[in-house]
Amino acid sequence: MQWTGAEHMQNSRLLEIGVGLFVLAGLLALLILALKVSNISAFQQTNGYDVIAKFQNIGGLKVSAPVTLAGVQVGRVADISVDQQTFEARVVLSISDKYANLPQDTSASIYTAGLLGQQYIGLQPGGMMETLQPGDQLMLTQSAIVLEQLIGQFLYNKAAGASTGDKAGGQER
Amino acid sequence: MIEWLRLFGGQTLAATARLGRSHMFLMRVLLGMPGLLLRPGLVVAQIYSAGVLSLLIIVVSGLFVGMVLSLQGYNTLVDFGAEQSLGVLVALSLTRELGPVISALLFSGRAGSALTAEIGLMKATEQLSGMEMMAVDPEHRVVAPRLLGGMLALPLLAAIFTLVGVFGGYFVGTVLLGVDGGVYWSQMQAQVSFTEDVVNGVIKSLVFGFVVSWTAVFEGFDCTPTSEGVSRATTRTVVHSSLAVLGLDFILTALMFG
Repeated sequence: MQWTGAEHMQNSRLLEIGVGLFVLAGLLALLILALKVSNISAFQQTNGYDVIAKFQNIGGLKVSAPVTLAGVQVGRVADISVDQQTFEARVVLSISDKYANLPQDTSASIYTAGLLGQQYIGLQPGGMMETLQPGDQLMLTQSAIVLEQLIGQFLYNKAAGASTGDKAGGQER
Repeated sequence: MIEWLRLFGGQTLAATARLGRSHMFLMRVLLGMPGLLLRPGLVVAQIYSAGVLSLLIIVVSGLFVGMVLSLQGYNTLVDFGAEQSLGVLVALSLTRELGPVISALLFSGRAGSALTAEIGLMKATEQLSGMEMMAVDPEHRVVAPRLLGGMLALPLLAAIFTLVGVFGGYFVGTVLLGVDGGVYWSQMQAQVSFTEDVVNGVIKSLVFGFVVSWTAVFEGFDCTPTSEGVSRATTRTVVHSSLAVLGLDFILTALMFG
């Protein structure tokens, strides 16, 4: 290190500026990754109220799946568990406070986005004047369509149709 | 046969001894870390040489990795009519795996080898013994700031790598291949979670930064103080730290996403 004092000062100043810029650039990159690439809004919990919906079968529904009304997202699935008495799936929907005036006879169905997409809950508003209160249970629900059950039902109907044709001859074994 | 066994045993013992030495060394260096609070300038200088000087290679490789990922991903996804998921594919691969791992590999080649060569040469020219003579502990004065600087620099480099890669993928996907730009970002934001993916990527690169810098400073400090010894230590740094990064990556991935 044969720098003279002044040169050395100049040099370490440049070095510190470079490091400052680098650290800022790195932190900025992280910030942009947080804001632009990932959904950081999911972590700042917006205020909402919980309602409960019970389903015979929820198919592939996951926690934090969207809850929509007329196709617009109004909330998220907060929790999924099994009701110990009825053995139905108990799904807690967290709905944003902006939509606090949903009718009490709103019904919920489980749909699939696209052919193979993730599953979400669609709400259909009813006609009652009373609004849903936090902790209420939705009265009408429609379970997820499970492809295997659908195919099974289809095959069963086919077989039933065929066997009535030939006097139930194929039924016994 | 006996001779072969003896050789094998000797190698095993030597490797175990090295492993033990490297941990003792790490302990002594970590003990010197608090002293760095009094001299932050030493760490800043190391962040400069490990981080700022690696910026160019990181940005350029990040750009090309993102672009290639987008190109390859598009060709596969378009067969399933799922080219809308291109943004998700690029962003998830980069934040979870490629960002931390490739930047760690580049970092070990660009900065790790330089660290080993520098410390090794200091040892060969007896600068380290000189310091000890002046009652300055080289492990505290020379090694500790390099370890800390490398550890702090890599996560920042990995974040820059990932970001540049995502934008490179955006460029190829939308401008060259015709995926809608809005879909690219919105699908990405819907699928990439901050706590799961981005934070885990940062944790990975912190671990990698530590392992690569540790390997580099240990190899430099432990090398045979000849020009041949320094060159062999530099090679070992790159090989060992790359292997450690890839092996640890599997373990960390299994823990985080398994």
